Amino acid sequence: MRLPANKLRRLWRKKIALWLLLLPVVFILLAYVLFPQAEIFIQSFSREGQWTFANYFDFFNFRASANLEALWGSLYISVLTVLFSALVGIPLATLFSFYDFPGKRVFASIAVLPIVMPPLVGVLAFLFLFGESGILPRALQAALHLPSVPFGIDGVGAILVVHVYTMYVYFYLFCSDFFSGLDVSLLEAARNLGAKRLMILRRVILPMMTPAVGGASILVFMTSMASFSAPFIFAGSFRILSLEIYNTKLNGDLEMAVTQSVLLAAISILFLVLLRKYSEHRQYTGGGKGASIHVKAISHGWRRIVMGAFGILMVVVVILPHLTVILMSFVKNGTWTWQTLPPSYTFENYSNLLNDPRVMEPVSNSVRMAVLATLANIVFGLAAAYLLVRYKFKGKKWIESLVMLPWAIPGTVLAISLIITFNRPTWLSAGQILVGTFWILPLAYFIRNIPLVFRSTFATLEQFDPALEESARNLGATWWFSFRRVILPLIAPAVLSGSLLAFVLALGEFVSSILLYNFDNRPISVEIVSQLRIFNLGSAAAYSVFLIILIGFVVGLSNRTFGKKRGVAGFAG
Amino acid sequence: MSKVILRDVNKAFGDVRAVRNLNFEIEQGEFFSLLGPSGCGKTTTLRMIAGFQFPTSGDIFFGERDVTFLKPSLRNAAMVFQNFALFPHMTVFENVAFGLQARKVSKSAQVDRVSRALQLVDLLGLESRAVPALSGGQQQRVALARAIVIEPEILLLDEPLSNLDAKLREETREEIKSLQQRLEITTIYVTHDQEEALSLSDRIAVMNQGVCQQIGTPAEIYQTPANRFVAKFVGNSNLIDGIITTLSDEQAVVQITPNWQITVNTVGKSVHEGQSVTLSIRPADIVLCRKSAPANNVFMARVDSVKFSGATIESSFYIDEQPLRCKSLSSAGIVPENGQVTIHIPAQDIIILT
Repeated sequence: MRLPANKLRRLWRKKIALWLLLLPVVFILLAYVLFPQAEIFIQSFSREGQWTFANYFDFFNFRASANLEALWGSLYISVLTVLFSALVGIPLATLFSFYDFPGKRVFASIAVLPIVMPPLVGVLAFLFLFGESGILPRALQAALHLPSVPFGIDGVGAILVVHVYTMYVYFYLFCSDFFSGLDVSLLEAARNLGAKRLMILRRVILPMMTPAVGGASILVFMTSMASFSAPFIFAGSFRILSLEIYNTKLNGDLEMAVTQSVLLAAISILFLVLLRKYSEHRQYTGGGKGASIHVKAISHGWRRIVMGAFGILMVVVVILPHLTVILMSFVKNGTWTWQTLPPSYTFENYSNLLNDPRVMEPVSNSVRMAVLATLANIVFGLAAAYLLVRYKFKGKKWIESLVMLPWAIPGTVLAISLIITFNRPTWLSAGQILVGTFWILPLAYFIRNIPLVFRSTFATLEQFDPALEESARNLGATWWFSFRRVILPLIAPAVLSGSLLAFVLALGEFVSSILLYNFDNRPISVEIVSQLRIFNLGSAAAYSVFLIILIGFVVGLSNRTFGKKRGVAGFAG
Repeated sequence: MSKVILRDVNKAFGDVRAVRNLNFEIEQGEFFSLLGPSGCGKTTTLRMIAGFQFPTSGDIFFGERDVTFLKPSLRNAAMVFQNFALFPHMTVFENVAFGLQARKVSKSAQVDRVSRALQLVDLLGLESRAVPALSGGQQQRVALARAIVIEPEILLLDEPLSNLDAKLREETREEIKSLQQRLEITTIYVTHDQEEALSLSDRIAVMNQGVCQQIGTPAEIYQTPANRFVAKFVGNSNLIDGIITTLSDEQAVVQITPNWQITVNTVGKSVHEGQSVTLSIRPADIVLCRKSAPANNVFMARVDSVKFSGATIESSFYIDEQPLRCKSLSSAGIVPENGQVTIHIPAQDIIILT
């Protein structure tokens, strides 16, 4: 007879495996994701150790209205950003999806370029190009012999331009995706039933598009609310909440900074919840059975010229900031004063980067911290994704939400929460005060990138055919053997490209770095700003170029791996 | 090569009882099929035998060995999955060699055994091909080779033909059968296709809603279905309810409708007058009559619809408001649409289900 212990042992083993994964994952989420946020939430209700609503009364005080102005400023900028990004992104996606013209493929791939530019670098480029002492205004001044520069972007306008430049890509990507999955037989059916062009647009295409447009809007709104780099350089006297947090912190009013952070985080989380609700029922496309869009070739003479001109214009607009940064990186520090274009050029900025250990230090700092954070992200992402795909347990939904939470936490808020949590010894930090040490930055990078690495791992594991693992086990492989030989090689490309992206984001991270760095671990982004402050434009640009090249390399690499593996994924499904 | 014994096996998923009180013994080298509609518990049964799930109660033995809760990797019961589950990142060779590597077989022995297995499935020379580049039929054979190369005690096949097109299905069916016979390997085959099960198996277990309905050779299952479900599922039979009115030595008369009586054989059946019975009549057993008609069980039928499909004609008609489906050879004559036909149902072809 069989012993019941047999069954118990196997049930046990499954339970133990579950707990071995569950405990560390939950611990990390609670300790480093939830706890700091809870901490600032609680702190926002206290002043000098007393429970009070005083901080919130101060925030919503109409007489000292700086905070309200900042909140209003953030909302105002964000709404405008959504509007203008949609106005650029949607027509562009429509154009590229429905029409064919020479050079289209090149233009289409250039259209997504702004998203790979680190926000701070983008801001820098716009400053060099369109700022009060930028290349374009001066060129106009020189050409028209004006007494002073005709324009220079600043304040709200400048922030908006930078936002739209980087964020129209969301609309472009969401809508392109929608069009490529659109089943044209639906449009044909509408035509067949007697609908005219306008009616098809109004009754069929637009309603089906709302989920894509809605999703992109929410995403852009969230990103814009959290945006820090553009306001940091351009805001001037205009108040914006994310920047206000930074300023309040610098002025030493930590209690108010905490309260501002809680409010900004609350708005962001609200929109994240909205986004998740939205994406739950955004499955109008993707059946895959229907015919795809019949792309219309533009062959008519003058139309081709118009399209060509438009394409070239677009390329110039999109590429110009990148080119400017590259140009600036060759400028000798302190030589560009009143001239339209910088007068003297040198390789010094680059040779310093390679030879001078002091110039090199921020780079090696950033690399070290990004590597540490990314390694942690890979281990955690794998464990969390495997846990959530393979096991069923109570509270699974909560873990999923917690994993995605850092996505909704603006960098400024994260930094403030880490300052509040780790400015005293806790057992979470092994009894150390982390603020002011090297470790606070890798920790911040790790937390910020949890959702990214998790998602890319989760998505592939979810598609992963369980029969593959079963068949390995059936053929006699132990769990470890099948994990090593079957699961890992198949999910590696996705995990790798996710982590590479996380790595470059950590490398160029600015928002939380500026609040958390100290001199010894100052990262590239912080150094760019300090160089800018002492007018070393060339050095600042050289660091930026280094970041752009690295990011371009990583994105190209992961595109290639993904492109190659797409066939494999299709086969496995 | 060993026996497989299932004893009182039950499997519940929450409140759903997927498999109930399953008992059977599969002989060494036998080709045994689990046949049933989707959701009948046949795949769950196979997965319990493979060790991916374990029974809520009951035992599973391979020969003398109790494997009920044994890990799948220690069972030596190789499975061919419905979607083949080939590792997409490995070549044909690497796929087939996988089980050997898991068993730490030496490199040279691997090469040897893999090429022998590939020879058996007629794929020699494709060792270095990428799996996604193979056709469906070739992938199917790689899956087979990968399973047999580890010299399993038991071969498990989960609807292995359902991913192939109709023509390939027939060919592969032959190959699986001849491979199984050559290797004399105990094989459990899951399918919902009655023709597949009938043509391949030594014995079949017909399952429905988690319960085994009948176990028997293909001939037994087809000729003497145990109940309505088996008659309907395996023979696609007409099921007609009636009451026995008169009983003689070996025959009975069954009243179906007020104006329709039919004579049936009762050899080996204990029935009595006034008993309600169900008659099972297979569509192919209904004979269309030309001019001369046999003596009894000849009826006039009103043709309802006719479906011509080449060699055979499927027609449906009514006898006194009782619908009846018939499958006749085209050579037996075209059935007139919207007309009357004379049909004959031989008494020995009617099965009484009680």
